[in-house]
Amino acid sequence: MALTTNSGAASLTGGRLTRDAIGVLAILAVAVLGYFLFPNNLALLTRITAIALLVLSLDLVTGYCGVATLGHAALFGAGAYGAGIAAAHFGITDPIAMLAAGILAGALAGLVSGAVVLRAHGLPQLVLSIAIIHLAHEAANKASGWTGGSDGLAGITPDALLGHWQFDLWGRTAYVFGIVLLVLAFVILRQIVRSPFGMLCRGIRQDPVRVRAMGGSVHGTLVKMYAISGAVAGAGGALNAISTQVVGLDSLSFTLSAEALVMLVLGGTGSLYGALIGTAAFMWFEDVVSAANPFHWLTIVGALLIAVVLFAPKGLYGSLAAVFERRGRKAP
Amino acid sequence: MQTIFSIGVDALAYGMVLFVISIGLSVTMGLMRVVNLAHGAFAMIGGYIASYAARDLGLAYALAVLLAVAGTILIAIPIERFLYRRIYGQPELTQVLMTIGITFCVIGIANYVFGPTLKTIPTPDALREPVSLGFRTVSAHRLFVIGCGAAVALGLWYFIERTAFGVKLRAAVDNAAMAAALGVRTEIVYAVSFAVAVGLAAFGGVVGAELLPIEPYYALRYMVTFLVVVSVGGAGSIPGALAACLLLGAIDTTGRYLMPEFGEFFFYLAVIAIVWLFPRGLAGRAK
Repeated sequence: MALTTNSGAASLTGGRLTRDAIGVLAILAVAVLGYFLFPNNLALLTRITAIALLVLSLDLVTGYCGVATLGHAALFGAGAYGAGIAAAHFGITDPIAMLAAGILAGALAGLVSGAVVLRAHGLPQLVLSIAIIHLAHEAANKASGWTGGSDGLAGITPDALLGHWQFDLWGRTAYVFGIVLLVLAFVILRQIVRSPFGMLCRGIRQDPVRVRAMGGSVHGTLVKMYAISGAVAGAGGALNAISTQVVGLDSLSFTLSAEALVMLVLGGTGSLYGALIGTAAFMWFEDVVSAANPFHWLTIVGALLIAVVLFAPKGLYGSLAAVFERRGRKAP
Repeated sequence: MQTIFSIGVDALAYGMVLFVISIGLSVTMGLMRVVNLAHGAFAMIGGYIASYAARDLGLAYALAVLLAVAGTILIAIPIERFLYRRIYGQPELTQVLMTIGITFCVIGIANYVFGPTLKTIPTPDALREPVSLGFRTVSAHRLFVIGCGAAVALGLWYFIERTAFGVKLRAAVDNAAMAAALGVRTEIVYAVSFAVAVGLAAFGGVVGAELLPIEPYYALRYMVTFLVVVSVGGAGSIPGALAACLLLGAIDTTGRYLMPEFGEFFFYLAVIAIVWLFPRGLAGRAK
């Protein structure tokens, strides 16, 4: 960790921007490839994009701050319901405004759940996060006047994007909208995680006592990061609500939280690339396996998880990066 | 009055089932510092073995319970040897990932072998009849479950507080490295406690099958409940786990009886309140 921080500080700003540009280009290349390879499956690709935002936001608190949470879907669901309720009950059907509502709701949910989750450490922290997601699920189920309960919230009909592009049956507009959103979020988050604030978060993950001794505010910093993370997850939820035009209770489920964590660890924590790679790999894998054999996909996913822990403990991206780093060091 | 009484009996029985299953998790978590999300899977395996033995092979209930405990421990030994030993001392995230993976595998295999339907474990006639307590009658099965829970609590207390092995166990919980330096074979302590924990989980899964029905998603459905109970009680503490089980069992059962439409709302509200007030668990020690 110390090594990467040093080399990051030593390299010039230009080098960082080049690396970010490469990252953005890679996302765009994969997005274009997906568009032409699976033109009939854009709904799935949009769903992957929305989940990628959730996993990115989980990476902010888990990878950068070291907060283990199994309740992160609460922020995603808050964004989805925020955008959905704004459209269905208040007639705010402009997609950008719905997105803003989702981001706001997500950030608020992030503030609240951050304040609760950060109260404990270790296992009790994990349990608090689980309790939050279940509580949110039951509350959404009970408040069926606002959320549609277990039937889901229907009646979300977003207007044309910027007054030009209608959300078509094929989901092309939604897909492009999602990819643009993902790239924007990625660029902004890269800036945040390497800002002094992001560095402080990493410091807290490594040694909170020392940060406190140096005069840093541990709790305040983490709550702030939680709110940022909530905004990103809320954007993902809003994207899901806009693209599918329905919000179900599954967006507030424990399963989604657990899957998001699995995707993050699969890709590798503490680098935004890992979150993206993990999401794409897991969702693609789940789609292929569940289509091939709907009865055994859980077994295969389980075996995959065990294999990752045994053979690639740093995640896909982390292990690959370690291999390249070793090669780079060997070469003079 | 009748309602209060039956809520009380059901809450006590439910709390005891939770206790029998999760006390093993609590001890291993306090000892090995492993966030074991697969604990419920072992309870489920026990339930399936007992169901197969009692219903399909027609064995006696007591024999089925014994078979379930022994069979689950046999299944768990290679899992502990080849998978769990790799994650001792690893970060929590790794442990969560590995044990969720094991849980998924067990669910998938159970679904394939036994099918997605509910499995019942036929109980002997003596447990099916209501028992008169003089002023009320209660189901004998509930009394049996409560008795089992009390017996397990007493037995474990004796085992940990009064035997030589218990001394080593407590030493390893407090400071594994120091205990090892003083000549305690910690790997044996770990293996025995893991076996006991798994055996208790299987026992609880069989005895509590009427309250927590056996089906493939059992492992995932109750995983959270067991984890919550251990965390609220404070990992590694028997009195803490007992208190947490009885308290949360009472809250959950009362909520289900009086306000079934709220589901588990009050259960999780209580969890947040308790962890907020006692971040280290009811009987947690400062570190």
